[in-house]
Amino acid sequence: MSPATAFRKLFRFHGGLHLPEYKDLSTAVSVEAAPVPKRLIVPTQQHIGVAAKPMVAVGDYVFKGQKIARAPNLISAPVHAPSSGTVVEIGEHPVPHPSGLNAQCIIIETDGKDVWIEQRRQTRDCRDIPPDELRELIRISGIVGLGGAGFPSYIKLSPASSRVVETLILNGAECEPYITCDDMLMRTRPEEIVQGIHIMLHALHARECVIAIEDNKPEAIDAMRAAVKEYGNEHISVLAIPTLYPGGGEKQLIKVVTGKEVPYNKLPLDVRVVCHNVATAAAVYRAISRGEPLISRYITITGDVGQPRNLEVRIGTPIRELLEYCAVPVHDLSAIIMGGPMMGFSLSNLDVPAIKTTNCLLALRTAPRPQPQTYPCIRCSACADVCPINLLPQQLYWYAHSRNFDKIQDFSLFDCIECGCCDYVCPSQIPLVQYFRFAKTEIWAQDEEKKKAEIARQRHEFRLQRQEREKAERAERHKQKAAALQDEQPTAEDTARKAAIQAALERAKAKQATAESTPDADNP
Amino acid sequence: MPPIAPSSPHFHSGKSVGATMRTVLYALAPGIAIYIALFGWGVLFNIAIAGGVALLCEIAVLKMRDKNVAHALADYSALLTAVLLALSLPPLAPWWLPALGAMFAIIIAKHLYGGLGYNPFNPAMIGYVVLLISFPKQMIAWPAPEALWQQSLSFGEIWQVVFASHLPAADAITMATPLDTLKTQLRLDKTVAGITGANPLFGALGGTGWEWVNLAFLLGGGWMLYRRIINWHIPVAMLAGLALMAGIFHLIDPERFAGPLFHLFSGAAMLGAFFIATDPITASTTDKGRLVYGCGIGILVYIIRTWGGYPDGVAFAVLLMNLAAPTIDYYTQPRVFGHGRDQ
Repeated sequence: MSPATAFRKLFRFHGGLHLPEYKDLSTAVSVEAAPVPKRLIVPTQQHIGVAAKPMVAVGDYVFKGQKIARAPNLISAPVHAPSSGTVVEIGEHPVPHPSGLNAQCIIIETDGKDVWIEQRRQTRDCRDIPPDELRELIRISGIVGLGGAGFPSYIKLSPASSRVVETLILNGAECEPYITCDDMLMRTRPEEIVQGIHIMLHALHARECVIAIEDNKPEAIDAMRAAVKEYGNEHISVLAIPTLYPGGGEKQLIKVVTGKEVPYNKLPLDVRVVCHNVATAAAVYRAISRGEPLISRYITITGDVGQPRNLEVRIGTPIRELLEYCAVPVHDLSAIIMGGPMMGFSLSNLDVPAIKTTNCLLALRTAPRPQPQTYPCIRCSACADVCPINLLPQQLYWYAHSRNFDKIQDFSLFDCIECGCCDYVCPSQIPLVQYFRFAKTEIWAQDEEKKKAEIARQRHEFRLQRQEREKAERAERHKQKAAALQDEQPTAEDTARKAAIQAALERAKAKQATAESTPDADNP
Repeated sequence: MPPIAPSSPHFHSGKSVGATMRTVLYALAPGIAIYIALFGWGVLFNIAIAGGVALLCEIAVLKMRDKNVAHALADYSALLTAVLLALSLPPLAPWWLPALGAMFAIIIAKHLYGGLGYNPFNPAMIGYVVLLISFPKQMIAWPAPEALWQQSLSFGEIWQVVFASHLPAADAITMATPLDTLKTQLRLDKTVAGITGANPLFGALGGTGWEWVNLAFLLGGGWMLYRRIINWHIPVAMLAGLALMAGIFHLIDPERFAGPLFHLFSGAAMLGAFFIATDPITASTTDKGRLVYGCGIGILVYIIRTWGGYPDGVAFAVLLMNLAAPTIDYYTQPRVFGHGRDQ
């Protein structure tokens, strides 16, 4: 056995929860490809950063894999056509977002031919490609973190010049209940993941890669071990980590695997670690070796549905069609959650499309949390006991409740990852995470106000200063003028005029004096 | 289209305040059973009277405060307060003693401070201390365990004692508790061994009878730990603090200071450690803070028992540490992930 796969000390983070898993539901049937829908709704923003700019027009014919929107700057990702067809609309459309707001989408009416764009690259060995070129290829393939955040992946494959990446951690933890898309990907395409790791290690100049999988997925662990044996080398190892929510959170996973804590406001790179999702690795492999951009992904459709399962779904497929394909009784449901039960959000509109970061659709017949009548906080601190960040949620709640937004930041509100552990265990059933989100948005809004006020203040001060300066300049000018006047020699005419004025003044004075001495004359 | 569910998390563990408080009540059951077996039905009278009055007061105040009565009553907190108060009272107390205590605990110590979750002091202990200070005579008239007077009062006789203040029988069986006896006898320059050796009031661990009551509460406390209703920090720290103090002084002078075992199994040590000091509302909330808080109570209990004016010190010790809890919390905040290490 290679040194990397030998015994490795595991670490643990504070708190965490053993949740009911419900993962068996959706792993019973094999993954199949969902049908290509009639209309693909492709949002131009499916990632963290700036929205992509459409580069097609209504009426254009697009091929599968053709770039239809380009990244306007470096923190963005291009978008590709998931199938061939005609662009019928570019405009605002409902997108999957907790806010329920609309965003720009490119709508393609598919022609059912599913024709690939011509200029697909030839298969190449990644080791022949320099890291810079690898990153560029990954960037233009529109690959973003498939674990949920959707951060453009090529950025996280750029090693900082000053720091050597020691460990690439491949996140196969999949710690939320119900979700099994990564599990099924590891079972069905382990070799693609391992090939992707080779590319990532090469791009990063990283020493080793640890594939971390929670120990409730023995099949995935076995599949990955077999694939590493066949396609890997001694620098790649599979690590079974204890099942403990939220062990798949990036910072929690880094702690478990390496014992290192990513400091607040720092990046994993600062502790010489980089973390990517297993599905991202497979997407990287497809992009580099087969020239396929990111146009589909595995999605778990589970909960109260006839046959919970995983599907390989084209990006842009409307959720409604996916649910219909799985014969989900939409009208009997009380909620459809995108993502897991702990961190996902409830969909208000089923016409939204699946996007690059969609990992799970959870259909629930009974209201998951019937609006509870909460009790006051009894300070039992069950919340603090389970907090993976070691915060004091009961104190945060107290200050959020009383809108004490200064104090709440002293208690590290912005370290909260909104994993929901505190909320889950609260015996008073207080919706703690909602309070924390509320406090965060209020503080952001206040900061924004403050910034605006600051700008206004600066402007005002500048104006005052300018007025002051202008006044001073004016005064200076007057003074100079006066001085200039004085410097001028008085002419004879001036002297005569002055004398006349003087005489007139004296006359007036004399007249006034007479008037004052004889008041009765004026006022009989 | 399904309506929008509230924001994440969408699942809940199903834990509730009511279930938690009920579990604490169940955990008290073995202690109560042993208590009744050893000290007679008077214990049950106390519980019934205190419980009834507490519930009536709770309902009245909730109505006055315009709260949802049924919802609030389902938290079981008033009942738990009443039971803890009743267990601190002498088993043959006149009816108005538990009634007054429960009234004070619920109305003044709990609701006037804002009700459940807002009271800075443990309501049961406030009720107890008010009674102890106001009616010292009745509060220390403790019957000896029935085993020592080989006769038990019938239900009817106890009814007479409790409601008609018909006390001759009670007078006959009342004697000082072991903690009280030890304290007064030590003042007479007797040695610990001399006092406990000759007196049937003292058993193998603590006081006769009392040791069994304490063991039963220890059992209930262990069950709560197992069920994760309470954390280990407070009870362990409190018992450790008490045992440590007793151990040190016992080592210094075994003739004048009873040993740790006696202190752990006498009076309200176990009831205090597992059921009273662990009241979440009034205790410290951080792990480190709970250790400080529990240890402080243990030390104070020993100090009050040994040098104070009252035989047992759990109530005063708990209230004093209640006072200190916010400060303890402030200075024992845990290190937040990614903060203040290696930086």
